[in-house]
Amino acid sequence: MKWSELFTSSVGKKFVMGLTGVFLILFLIVHVGLNACIWAMDGGQMFNLAANFMGSTVVMRILEIGLFATIILHIVQAYVLELQNRRKRSIGYQVPMGNKGSKWYSRYMGWLGTLILFFLIVHIRNFWVPSRWLEMPEVTYPPGVTVHDLFGLMKDTFTNIWLVLLYLLGCVSLAFHLMHGFQSAFRSLGVYNNRYIHLINGIGIGFSIIVPLAFAMMPISMYLNWVQ
Amino acid sequence: MEHYTMNLTLKVWRQKNKKDKGSFETYTVSDISSEMSFLEMFDVLNERMVHEGKEPIAFDHDCREGICGMCSMYINGRPHGPWEGTTTCQLHMRAFKDGDTIVVEPWRANAFPVIKDLVVDRSAFDRIIQAGGYISVNTGNAVDANATPIEKNKADTSFAAAACIGCGACVAACKNSSALLFLSAKVSHLALLPQGGPERKTRVVDMIAQMDKEGFGSCTSTGACEAVCPKEIPITNIARLNAEYGHAGLTSDK
Amino acid sequence: MFKSNIPDGSLDKKWEDYKGHVKLVNPANKRSLEVIIIGTGLAGASAAASLGEMGYKVKAFCFQDSPRRAHSIAAQGGINAAKNYQNDGDSTFRLFYDTIKGGDYRSRESNVYRLAAVSASIIDQCVAQGVPFAREYGGLLSNRSFGGVQVQRTFYAAGQTGQQLLIGAYQALERQVALGTVEMFTRHEMLEIVIIDGKTRGIIARNLVTGELERHFGHAVLLASGGYGNVFYLSTNAMGSNVTAAWKAHKQGAYFGNPCFTQIHPTCIPVTGDHQSKLTLMSESLRNDGRIWVPKEKNDPRKPGEIPEAERDYYLERRYPAFGNLVPRDVASRAAKERCDAGYGVGTSKQAVYLDFATAIERYGKTECRKHGIDNPTAEDIRHHGVEVVKEKYGNLFDMYAKITGEDPYTTPMRIYPAVHYTMGGLWVDYELMTTIPGLYAMGEANFSDHGANRLGASALMQGLADGYFVIPYTIGNYLADEIRTKAIPTSHAAFEAAEKIVSERLSQLKNINGTQSPESFHKRLGKIMWDKCGMARNEAGLKEAIEEIRALKAEFWRDVRITGNIAEFNPELDKAGRVADFIELGELMCQDALMRRESCGGHFREEMQTEDGEAKRDDANFSFVAAWEYKSDSNWELHKEQLEFEVAHPSQRSYK
Repeated sequence: MKWSELFTSSVGKKFVMGLTGVFLILFLIVHVGLNACIWAMDGGQMFNLAANFMGSTVVMRILEIGLFATIILHIVQAYVLELQNRRKRSIGYQVPMGNKGSKWYSRYMGWLGTLILFFLIVHIRNFWVPSRWLEMPEVTYPPGVTVHDLFGLMKDTFTNIWLVLLYLLGCVSLAFHLMHGFQSAFRSLGVYNNRYIHLINGIGIGFSIIVPLAFAMMPISMYLNWVQ
Repeated sequence: MEHYTMNLTLKVWRQKNKKDKGSFETYTVSDISSEMSFLEMFDVLNERMVHEGKEPIAFDHDCREGICGMCSMYINGRPHGPWEGTTTCQLHMRAFKDGDTIVVEPWRANAFPVIKDLVVDRSAFDRIIQAGGYISVNTGNAVDANATPIEKNKADTSFAAAACIGCGACVAACKNSSALLFLSAKVSHLALLPQGGPERKTRVVDMIAQMDKEGFGSCTSTGACEAVCPKEIPITNIARLNAEYGHAGLTSDK
Repeated sequence: MFKSNIPDGSLDKKWEDYKGHVKLVNPANKRSLEVIIIGTGLAGASAAASLGEMGYKVKAFCFQDSPRRAHSIAAQGGINAAKNYQNDGDSTFRLFYDTIKGGDYRSRESNVYRLAAVSASIIDQCVAQGVPFAREYGGLLSNRSFGGVQVQRTFYAAGQTGQQLLIGAYQALERQVALGTVEMFTRHEMLEIVIIDGKTRGIIARNLVTGELERHFGHAVLLASGGYGNVFYLSTNAMGSNVTAAWKAHKQGAYFGNPCFTQIHPTCIPVTGDHQSKLTLMSESLRNDGRIWVPKEKNDPRKPGEIPEAERDYYLERRYPAFGNLVPRDVASRAAKERCDAGYGVGTSKQAVYLDFATAIERYGKTECRKHGIDNPTAEDIRHHGVEVVKEKYGNLFDMYAKITGEDPYTTPMRIYPAVHYTMGGLWVDYELMTTIPGLYAMGEANFSDHGANRLGASALMQGLADGYFVIPYTIGNYLADEIRTKAIPTSHAAFEAAEKIVSERLSQLKNINGTQSPESFHKRLGKIMWDKCGMARNEAGLKEAIEEIRALKAEFWRDVRITGNIAEFNPELDKAGRVADFIELGELMCQDALMRRESCGGHFREEMQTEDGEAKRDDANFSFVAAWEYKSDSNWELHKEQLEFEVAHPSQRSYK
């Protein structure tokens, strides 16, 4: 078997989806952990310092590039698969199967992913672009570290109720995307022992509820001024 | 068990041959006993049509006891109809009630072209088996059957996978028309046994290549295949196939 | 050609000697020898795979959409082999003896001994192919017991043994297809054999998708087309199982052996009404653990659970204490019929008896509780664990029963009744499995050879695979060795032309009748005649009536059958009509044979010939022969007798008491 086949055959494409998916899950853990610093009730100091650290070293920059590459690969591959798969049944059924046998979110991963993609574009424009490429306000913390005031930017951003709602929609999409994606990624990567499957399914459900919920609480907390 | 009779409306896909466009036809049947099997209800309808000089509905069926895998109707939005773990031939009319409308369609997948009415061509499955779904042992080469003890659990899991009847319901149910449950059942059956060891890597790689060539889609783990499988073959087999494939890919010598 | 060709020498040496002296074909010559195989069940698929491996050019045909669908797949209980893994005294000789005795001394000793001798290799071969037989915790193969024997020699894979064995043979076959040694023709039906200069040289087949007729040449033709139980319309056979291939061969000169020997299986789900299209078997293996009974009271209206132990008649245990519920099939079937005819039947139709698992559930439950260390288990504990064991052993059968009847067999006993299951009769073959037409062979259920007048459970799978894997690969060489100079005959030969003409004329004739009745309705009527008059019990008057009725039915069929659709297309009605026409002719021959055989033996029970306590009474002085019928003309056959010699297993009154 050629190397290329390992990633381009029907099963190989799933490897790519699974591997990139798992990487993105890992990223979500880091992201949610870091953002949780907004609840430190220290005027955003811990959060701003942490965010600064994430962009401060070469290693982090490389990882950042890797992250973008992964996201793009995940998206492109997903659309390619979706389009190819749709072509395998030229004449559809009069009576669709609907939820007889599968969950709606398993079948609509493409749509959920598309929603997340829209959200992502707005999200990157809101935070990553200003922080990385544009001028933005800075704050200085003792003993004299000057960093971008992302906390302030968040507070500003989430005064707009429409943006808050958009973020909530993004989180809901993410939750359902993960509900399927988490366990599916591990299946694609070949985890078949029942004991691990049960474990992964359990963790997967927990993860897809807790992480998006935590993300959702951030704009809400800001909007309702729960954090200062 | 209370028995009853019913009148039904059937909407059935009729298609003269492969090239014909095909369309739905509506029929009514009356006095159908709840004790009949679904196919016996079709027998009644067909008998009437012959009597009226019309061409009866063609459908595949043979053993009528749920094991040959020949029957293949997509009934009211589900391959093999509403009962779980059941083939069309084992579906009985007590699953329906008086006045119901039943829509019957052929398996839909480009890899399974319609031959006539509800009959489809599933020879792609045979070609997938030809690609590697076997253990290469010529007649007369075997050692004593008890020479190799096999862990009971593994033998049982292997048997559960080997119970696949090759009906194609997994493909019919899958939104991607993927045949991966079928493949994974065969790959698991043979990979779980020591006899299958020598050809483990080539088998999975070759069978997947053939599946891709036949025009089946790829798996997106929705689980619809597992839900409609009349032999209730678990989707964990797909995970095992993925592991086998990955292992083959990473340890290939070429 | 009517010579059994049994090799000389003592019984246990015949096959070894034969193999040692049989003619061989060298590998280069094999590549130019073509073999046609009809049917891809256990016999056909295993033969196609084995011959392909040896290097012959094989063409295999089946009417289903894939070779994996052949009806061998539906065999449930298991496959016998004299492995003696249970150390319970089994041996080749004992399997041979059980089979001869079980067949009521109407089979050929030499064939049966060979069958027993190769049985062990079948299990080895199947395990090597990856057939997942049931295993014990130690990892070794598990066995169970079947009717008519007192050892445990049956290998099984839950209730799906036939499926697993067929998948094994199918995979071996598909491997040869991939290698190019076997060419597979699915959805094809053989409709004529082609004979040139007295030898079989090919077939005419119809492509069932396009309706086109095709000519295929072969140096030899192997029929592995299964049995003809569907002549009864209702049977455990698949809807498509038919006699057509064998019947065409018969009409071309192959003798038909013992056509009236039919096996009625004792444990099937009873008929529910006129709509019934087929019957479903409940494996004989269930009689390992199930107890058969009827109420002692006639027309007892109570539910089975309400009938106390003392008021139940476990009639098999009562009549046959030595074998109990595990008497052979013919005996068990007749006993059930006897009880029902006497008015003790159960269920709405009163044509059923109970098969009860309560005792087994309790027994297993107790053992399991001990195993799990449960002291003083409650009845609920015992039941729970007992049900688990029964579920593991027979789960798929119980599920099937529940689906068909809507009743739960774990809580209420199954209702069962005998049904047509297997035909011991078939094309007459010699020791080498060759019919009376040179170059035409018959294997598996399609031949008459090994089971006499009654087949033991789990022996059909054994015979199919023995014929295909271990017998035909040797015996066919003995014929083909003399054919190496025969070049492939072009199918433009006059004989092919003529054969194709016969087929196409017959198809047009059928199509042009343009009557009013469906082929299916004729089939139903034939089945009723056969079941009523040539079924579980037969008598002279009934058989004579049946022959008249069948002749009348035949005339009506050819006058009034209606076939919709066209010849040159996918047309199941036309396929069915051809098969029914052949069944009608066969039905008459079966009745003729049953009428001629004025004795009771195995599954053939002549009411005039029974002992005082209702057991079958054999007549060895007059009927110790194989009836081989030669087709002369319409409704006209000539009887040839192959006397059966018993050198080792001397016939005695068969007793299971």
